[in-house]
Amino acid sequence: MSASMSTPMSTPAPNAAGQELTGRESTGQTSSVQKSAGMQASTPLLQAVDVTKIFTGGIVNRTETIALDDFSLSIYTDRPSIISVVGESGSGKSTMARMLLGLESPTGGKVLYKGEDLKSLSSREMQDFRREVQAVFQDPFGVYNSFYKVDHVFNVPIRKFGLAKSKTDARNLILGVLDAVGLRPQETLGRYPHQLSGGQRQRIMVARALLLNPQLIIADEPVSMIDASLRAQVLDTLRKLNQERGISLVYITHDLTTAYQIGSDIIVLYGGKAVELGAVDDVVKAPQHPYTQLLVSSIPRPDPSLQWSDEPESSAIGQEAKKGVGCNFADRCPYAFDRCIVETPPLYRIGEHQAATCFLHAEKPVLPVEKMDHVFVRNVAQLTSAGKETVGPQA
Amino acid sequence: MAPVLELRNLTTYFRTRRGSVKAVNGVSFSLDAGQRMGLIGESGSGKSTIALSIMRLIRPPGEIVAGEVLLDGVNLFDLDDDSMRRVRLSEIALVSQGAMNSLNPVIRVREQMEDGFRNHEHSLSREARDARIRELLERVGLPREVADMYPHQLSGGMKQRVCIAIAISLSPKVIIADEPTSALDVVVQRRVMQTLRRVQEELGSAVILIGHDMGLMAQFADKVGVMYAGELMEEAAVSRLFNRPAHPYSQILMESLPSLDTKEMFRGVGGAPPSLLSPPPGCVFHPRCPFVMERCRVEKPLLQVVDAPAGNGDTPARATEMQRAACHLLDEGETADSLAHRHAANNDANREATI
Repeated sequence: MSASMSTPMSTPAPNAAGQELTGRESTGQTSSVQKSAGMQASTPLLQAVDVTKIFTGGIVNRTETIALDDFSLSIYTDRPSIISVVGESGSGKSTMARMLLGLESPTGGKVLYKGEDLKSLSSREMQDFRREVQAVFQDPFGVYNSFYKVDHVFNVPIRKFGLAKSKTDARNLILGVLDAVGLRPQETLGRYPHQLSGGQRQRIMVARALLLNPQLIIADEPVSMIDASLRAQVLDTLRKLNQERGISLVYITHDLTTAYQIGSDIIVLYGGKAVELGAVDDVVKAPQHPYTQLLVSSIPRPDPSLQWSDEPESSAIGQEAKKGVGCNFADRCPYAFDRCIVETPPLYRIGEHQAATCFLHAEKPVLPVEKMDHVFVRNVAQLTSAGKETVGPQA
Repeated sequence: MAPVLELRNLTTYFRTRRGSVKAVNGVSFSLDAGQRMGLIGESGSGKSTIALSIMRLIRPPGEIVAGEVLLDGVNLFDLDDDSMRRVRLSEIALVSQGAMNSLNPVIRVREQMEDGFRNHEHSLSREARDARIRELLERVGLPREVADMYPHQLSGGMKQRVCIAIAISLSPKVIIADEPTSALDVVVQRRVMQTLRRVQEELGSAVILIGHDMGLMAQFADKVGVMYAGELMEEAAVSRLFNRPAHPYSQILMESLPSLDTKEMFRGVGGAPPSLLSPPPGCVFHPRCPFVMERCRVEKPLLQVVDAPAGNGDTPARATEMQRAACHLLDEGETADSLAHRHAANNDANREATI
């Protein structure tokens, strides 16, 4: 299956990638990727390096929840991509989004904006960050103040960031972004939120993000609360922004189908860990981690002739798994064997564009955590300076 | 065989100051014993109102204006409130979208399950009740210990299965499941839906599954009804609908499905659904229909049988072949096949126009 990779690269084992294949699992907590010699030509716009987030709770009995464990990701702007992040509720995907947005600070590791730790940004840099990295959230109903017309969501950022010199300027700016998301001003401006559909409201949120001319949009479940028939419009809008305006996108969802449709690369999260990641075609068509396999097989196919399979039973050894020890999927895994319940699997590089944390692939080279996103289509192309266009779904 | 449930011209309006919202406007369909029917449509198309109308749970300002719901030939709208209360749960059970959130978090699962059948079967002894609860939990694949737990100790999927257990506790003839899994992730969804299907087959109950996930319909339903703006646009055996949708709305709906098999341009239904205060005259879909004709603007099309393709000797009356659609094109001598061709040709034309 891996022969059908979506990259047109001809050299099978590029030098830089070849080196990291031999690297053992990293122990360094914060070794910054962009400093390791000659790996990247450019500084990523936004980068998570070995990020971990632990929530502690309980007054008497202190409990710790690892929301996100050893997560790394680089987002470049010179070759805009769409990275889908998929996981069930509680998998840590929203925590990841909130940390990338600087709304939550990591317990371990760091988040860098143009090479600078978010914690140590000057107020001016922070303002740049707030402009260049935009968010679109799940709920297109809760973000609006129902007493204001929708124009309000445009006027506030225009004022706060001083985006327009005159009223005409402001008006043109608004018309421009509405056009970019495919909304007609006469159907939206001057209306109250309740007069608009969920799809329209969500596209207005995207338009608002666009006002600030961002480099990156982090969209956390942008279509899960709107009607299926309107989802297509919102996803299409996001994809166009990527293709036509060169805006990178992190698309966070629980829905593997839309993740596949929109993304060029994908990260599958389970229990706070990236269990599988890589090019979206490789991961979805030939999933290698048992959890991804379970996810793919659980999706009801819109074709009555394809039978929904039964959920595989977890293995006898897996059922003995203790929480917090070994692979966190072992208790549900049909293939779990003795090693899985005592040792945490590292990330194995299964193919050029695919890696998974599973001992079933123990014969494959280990991919250090801070380099986990090197399997992404865009980054592989970057590392080998093949320079060919590999990113983005075919038009 | 007489259908177990039959809707005849069901019409439910919500009275508002600005006029009547025609939430369900003359819907008719029937359900055989043990049959699984899907009801699909965008939000506001009247799916859930149908469910509540069948259960007679429509509250003011909602009102069932016309029509009949026949359960084994008895019109539920003729029953007095007491008799209707007995019908609920014992004859027709409803599992709603937020069912799992309707469990009381501070009352043990056992008591909430007993609550259901205590009203219907007063005479059960303690032992009999315990045995019944054990059996019900087993049926939905939950360990018997769940009976003595509180809902907050259970996951969403487990809670939804408790709700299914309650729904089947009196072996109803009809189970209405209104988006029973929309709050669950896909892995748990499969578990819950397979549970529902197995239980339904064991009991021989008919099911109406309401939702908007075409994938779920394909995997679960025998036949599917497509709702739009309070009306039934098409009703067809699942294989017919997925292979050869006849109504232009169904065709667009089928095409806007994202799939894991191919990456395509997203195509939604252009335009917006109509206001239900004053639905368009004629066919409710005509303002968005690519094939709109003069007649569609004035005359409402009725559901009519879509013919099997020409040259096919099979009798279309068989359940696996049934297909009805409300579209004037069918009067123009079109068949499902020619409609599909027309639709494909229209798409090609559009594609060229955009390039």
